[in-house]
Amino acid sequence: MGLVLLFNAFNGLIQGAFYALMALGLALILGLNNTINFAQGAFMALAAYFAFTIVPYVGFWGALIIAPLLAGAIGLVVEVALVRRLYSRKDPIYSLLLTFGLAFIIQDLIRTIWGAQGVPLAIPGFLDHPLSNTYFFLTGYRLFVVAVALIGTAALFAVLRFTRIGIRIRAGNSDLETISALGVNIYLLRSANFVIGIIFAGVAGILAAGQLGLNPNMGDTLIMPAFVAIVVGGVGSLVGSLLGGLIIGLASGITTAFFPAASEVVIYVIMGIMLVVRPRGLMGQEGLFE
Amino acid sequence: MSTDLSSPRTASTKSPGKFTMSRRGLGNLILAAVLLAVPFWLPLVGGYTDLASRVLIYALAAMGLNLLLGYTGGLSFGHAAYFGLGAYGVGLMLKYETHSTLLALLAGTLLGGLAAALLGPIVVRRRGIYFSMITIAIGQMFYFIAVRWNSLTGGEDGLTGFSRQPIHLPGVTLAMGSVDFYYFVLLCFGICATLLWIILNAPLGHTFVAIRENHKRLTFLGIKTRRYIAISFAISGIVAAMAGGLDALLDNFTSPNLLNYTLSGDFLIIAVLGGMRNFYGPLVGAVVFIMMRDYVSSITDNWMSVIGLVFVVSVIFFPMGILGFFNRKSSS
Amino acid sequence: MNDSQSGNFDRRGLLKAGAAAGLAGLVATPKPTWAVSETPIKIGMVDPITSTFAPLGHSEIKGAKFAEAEINKAGGIMSRPLQLLVEDGAGNPGTSLDKAARLVSRDKIDFLMGTVNSASSLALSQFADKHNLLFIATGGHVDSLTGTNCRWNTFRTCSTTWMLTSGDFETLFKKFGKSWYFITTDYAFGHAEQADYTTQLKKAGGTVAGGALAPVGTTDFSSYLIDVKAKKPKVLCLLLVGDDQVNCMKQIAQFGIDKEIAVGGALFELEQARALPEAARYGWWTMEWYWNQPNTPHVAAFVKAYAAQYNGEYPSARSWFGYASTYAIKLAVERAQSTDTMKVVKAMEGLVLPPEVALQPNAPAYRAADHQLLLSMFPGHVIQTGKYPNLFDVSAIVPGAQLALPPAAAGCKMTYPA
Repeated sequence: MGLVLLFNAFNGLIQGAFYALMALGLALILGLNNTINFAQGAFMALAAYFAFTIVPYVGFWGALIIAPLLAGAIGLVVEVALVRRLYSRKDPIYSLLLTFGLAFIIQDLIRTIWGAQGVPLAIPGFLDHPLSNTYFFLTGYRLFVVAVALIGTAALFAVLRFTRIGIRIRAGNSDLETISALGVNIYLLRSANFVIGIIFAGVAGILAAGQLGLNPNMGDTLIMPAFVAIVVGGVGSLVGSLLGGLIIGLASGITTAFFPAASEVVIYVIMGIMLVVRPRGLMGQEGLFE
Repeated sequence: MSTDLSSPRTASTKSPGKFTMSRRGLGNLILAAVLLAVPFWLPLVGGYTDLASRVLIYALAAMGLNLLLGYTGGLSFGHAAYFGLGAYGVGLMLKYETHSTLLALLAGTLLGGLAAALLGPIVVRRRGIYFSMITIAIGQMFYFIAVRWNSLTGGEDGLTGFSRQPIHLPGVTLAMGSVDFYYFVLLCFGICATLLWIILNAPLGHTFVAIRENHKRLTFLGIKTRRYIAISFAISGIVAAMAGGLDALLDNFTSPNLLNYTLSGDFLIIAVLGGMRNFYGPLVGAVVFIMMRDYVSSITDNWMSVIGLVFVVSVIFFPMGILGFFNRKSSS
Repeated sequence: MNDSQSGNFDRRGLLKAGAAAGLAGLVATPKPTWAVSETPIKIGMVDPITSTFAPLGHSEIKGAKFAEAEINKAGGIMSRPLQLLVEDGAGNPGTSLDKAARLVSRDKIDFLMGTVNSASSLALSQFADKHNLLFIATGGHVDSLTGTNCRWNTFRTCSTTWMLTSGDFETLFKKFGKSWYFITTDYAFGHAEQADYTTQLKKAGGTVAGGALAPVGTTDFSSYLIDVKAKKPKVLCLLLVGDDQVNCMKQIAQFGIDKEIAVGGALFELEQARALPEAARYGWWTMEWYWNQPNTPHVAAFVKAYAAQYNGEYPSARSWFGYASTYAIKLAVERAQSTDTMKVVKAMEGLVLPPEVALQPNAPAYRAADHQLLLSMFPGHVIQTGKYPNLFDVSAIVPGAQLALPPAAAGCKMTYPA
């Protein structure tokens, strides 16, 4: 039992890294664009389908880079044409319903263009094997997913800390009016931020498709754990979102070993406990977005 | 959470006492007449009575939600949870405990209402976007419980094996066919709408609106705003639960879909589409939304895109909804 | 990659094609001609066009549309044209009920059929009962539909879960061994399947090495597979539904478990096989119908015509459900010489599907006592290196009558309205 538990804990952390990757893009957009992006799951699916289409021409690695950028381009159009119009409305309901509707449209377009039939996404053969016979659940691909999650997170933190745009995004997160007064073009900043968030969604979507395959509804089930990761980690904190993802992954991994039926409910229970004990979440800042 | 849309003019439109009583009374009379006559005129224009019942049920749920959303300023994206709990409450009661439709409906309403009353105090610890995310997550928790606890709920297959029973009143027995049931729903709708109207015009309702308009100031004044938001949450949950119970009676069936956040999204768009600052906004929204979805989805496979466009267009161009749009026109 | 083309079922595209065909028909052969006064016999079909169930729904609709065209070309039903009205139930019971209500009150349908998932099937069966309508469940497998919840007005074309499990037990047991591990969907469907396999296993002298119940919608099966590896069974039996099965099979392949342990289970569908990458195509399963039956008359011609109609897409078991259900209504109406619900119900009880409709040996019939079609099962194994549509090798065609529980054991007590 001890070994099985250890395996499951490991396994949960792998899953958690994936949740964290999804949560980061969502948290980014939630922060500066002040938008709960319900279309995040749909953008994940869209990037995955882009990848599916271009893999024959540019290979898996090319697709992993190009497809998220394509999704990001669509994201830019959506931000400029639609999301931007709602920044002046402080009530979050509008952006929430807008992205909810966008999710419908994107999902329907995917179904119309690529068909409802699920399809597999081919991943490089050398990743598709366990690394050792004892630790058979550590396949190359799963470790690769963890690596991408870590590198992506590190890159995001580096961008936020060391580049001009990153510093502005962080500054905008805490006080948008001041940096606007300082002459920063906040429209441009928000567009860039939205696109980065979508690119993150795109990478997560392609990685998910490599493991689970593609279907038009694939985004629906993936987005909820990301929400919970953000709430547990604390809204407004990217580190919190990362931790939140890992924690709920770990918790659901361990629960699976004892009581599989509760493996989904447990993440909501954790969220509930967090809300009672520490309403602002692990790393959340008091007073943000209120 | 005060909104820039609540300029003085719009602020006065939504305040429930704008019209003189006589004008409003006349409006209510006409509305009542139209709704009472539905079974007679709806088939003539290609509708069917069960659809009208569905519209009223969704309108009722959205109206309950709107007490929290439009009047108190709390954006709940999880009201399907209380709707669904109401439905399961009714289903389980009729299946295992009672043959009384009324008793089952009461039990379902209490179950969903109780959940909302207990969870409200937790949810109101946060405001703004955070509030919404917590309500979604709580809703999804109930969804997964319903899916997993299949010995009780029937799991993914849904709960079957119950049906609404005739109602025996002194002197008359309602067989509860489609038309009877429509009038039953209409009666429930009328009672709930009246109660909501009374609440909104009582000091309690004024406090709700004041919280929406200026949360900070009320807090400074020493008013326990959280408590009031929790009260609003509970009332709106009770109404949603009753609507859910009626939905279970309409279909003689419930499934976990009734707890899913997609349905919460439907309730929200119904409120916003009709006009969330208007008392009858959710009713108008439900009529337009349900009828349109019913029609569009049988003429094109791409109905999801059309519904998505409805979300986008109404959010971008009609933030005050259909009633808000016409009110503004008539007042300008 | 032209999967995307054929996988996408477009109703308007079909209408256009139909119109073009109709036009061509007018020019070339003026048959069939309906008298202007002939009102069509209307079948309402509620099936998912959107949602996760969409691929299966599309196949059923295509099969039914194909039957509609054939029937009308051959003179309709009792010299009346057949009209199939399709609505999207989205796999959601509530939506399905709305659509059914719409079909009944606005389109005045004579018969109702459809649904892919059990929840919608159960809801529509009850709805149809209330509206005095004959309902054929095309694709919901839950036992109770023709068992404890059986209704006078409801027939089922696809198999019961019970029949699915008994199809391939023998093969798996004899070929691979006595010690079994189950990964089972955690709801009635899965529990029923596992209970049945276990009964058969114990009777044959085998042992259960272990079992895990996986919730519906599980995407990550690694924790279950960790336990499987620890218990070292001979046979790993997967009793999962839809996408879950696809996901589990992929992970088994990624972990290399299929190289050490024989993997098999109950239901497998052509649509699922298509969604699997080559590395994850393995195992012993049961199909409910398969297009490659070289020894059965009429099948080859049907498959060829179907593939020609739908851009090279081959009929799946789901396509056949839609096809056979539509024909079953035609045959029963002709037998009853009426569209009256009760008369057609009586005519459908015991109705044997003729070879050109059955498209399988063993003359399947709708059993009178519980209204279950006793269709054959097609156990076999997946061809790993196969290219669509050549993905499955049928090892035997087992008559449904051998597999189905007797109606009394299934719990059906049929009662008719007075």
